[in-house]
Amino acid sequence: MPQIAQLLETYASQIFWMLVTFGIIYFGIARMMLPKVEATVDQRNKKIADDLATAEAARAEAEQLEEGGDKELVAARTEAQAKANAAKAKAAAATEKSLAAADAEIAEKMATAEADLAKATASAMASVESVASEAAADIVAKVSGVSITPAAAAKAVKAVMANG
Amino acid sequence: MATESGKIDPMYQFEIHPLVDFNLFGYDISFTNSSLFMLLVLGVIWIFMAGGMKRDIVPGRWQMAVEGVSGFVNNMMSSSIGPEGKKYVPFVFSLFMFILVANFMGMMPFGIVPGVHTFTVTSHFTITGILALMSFSIVLIVGFWKHKLHFFSLFVPHGTPWWLLWLIPVIELFSFMVRPFSLALRLFVAMMAGHVLMKVLAGFVINGINAEALWVAPLVSVPSFILMIGITMLELLVCAIQAYVFALLTSLYINDAVNLH
Repeated sequence: MPQIAQLLETYASQIFWMLVTFGIIYFGIARMMLPKVEATVDQRNKKIADDLATAEAARAEAEQLEEGGDKELVAARTEAQAKANAAKAKAAAATEKSLAAADAEIAEKMATAEADLAKATASAMASVESVASEAAADIVAKVSGVSITPAAAAKAVKAVMANG
Repeated sequence: MATESGKIDPMYQFEIHPLVDFNLFGYDISFTNSSLFMLLVLGVIWIFMAGGMKRDIVPGRWQMAVEGVSGFVNNMMSSSIGPEGKKYVPFVFSLFMFILVANFMGMMPFGIVPGVHTFTVTSHFTITGILALMSFSIVLIVGFWKHKLHFFSLFVPHGTPWWLLWLIPVIELFSFMVRPFSLALRLFVAMMAGHVLMKVLAGFVINGINAEALWVAPLVSVPSFILMIGITMLELLVCAIQAYVFALLTSLYINDAVNLH
């Protein structure tokens, strides 16, 4: 086994070159180059984290804006609904009022017309009476030759009309 | 592979040969094939890391790979230790990358170039021992630095009944002291065993083909070759797992030192 057989002649050289090599690796590579590599990784990770944070902030802002927009939309809708309701109520009230007025007018007109009608009927009735009594007097005179007074004729007509 | 009188020595791959002789204060610190592969490992790690240094916000494939490895170690540290684990990322990253690349380097088929032999740095317990000692020392230093002598409470877990106080600390201390050995030996043995197995199977294939009896090649070489493909896959997996285990255990040990129990 050369490791043991050559131990005494080679240990100094092995240790010396080992320390030299390892020293260069440690001080030259691991302490000089490695931190730069790590710094690059850290820098990249930091950049990624920053970008992610920025994106997250932007998303939150957008969400907030959306929420605000929603609120405004709801408010506007409520307002519009209230206005519409008010307008509807107003219109209904106006219609009712004009309807009432028209009703009143119609009722008045009807009352007048009815009164006129009644008057006309009464006058007509009166003229019918007088015509009937004259006719009755004429008829009596022609048929019996008896002349009757217009008052008696009118009395007889009235009695008949009251019955009929 | 040294072929002496037709034999293939599966241990030859672990031998260290000096390439350039150096001497420092009487110590032989020659530049060896082992040192060469350590520098190769260093170069590969450097190229890998340098390729991911573009620092783009939208990473390319290479940068993605580098960031993946660094993120992997980072996650391991923060999940084992917590936010304080960040401090120890460079150390565990160095450990992980060195072991991983050294393991993979040992699997590279450089041997197809004649005269070139792949060397697995982590198959030597001198190397794995240093790595383990380093992580053990970090645990000790951090533990005593942060908790002073209170660090010894690590050996008395919460809820220990008073009548076991004579036994539990001894067991805990023992398991604590064994950590560097288990770290070093696990890696060293896994790498060495795998490479010996592969080399033995490769020997079967080659010797089977060279055998005088014609029935040996289909009966020995072919099954060995098929088995070798599977073993190679397994070894590649072991390379990554061993690096991960070493790094993970180190992070857990550091967690002991940072947070006690």
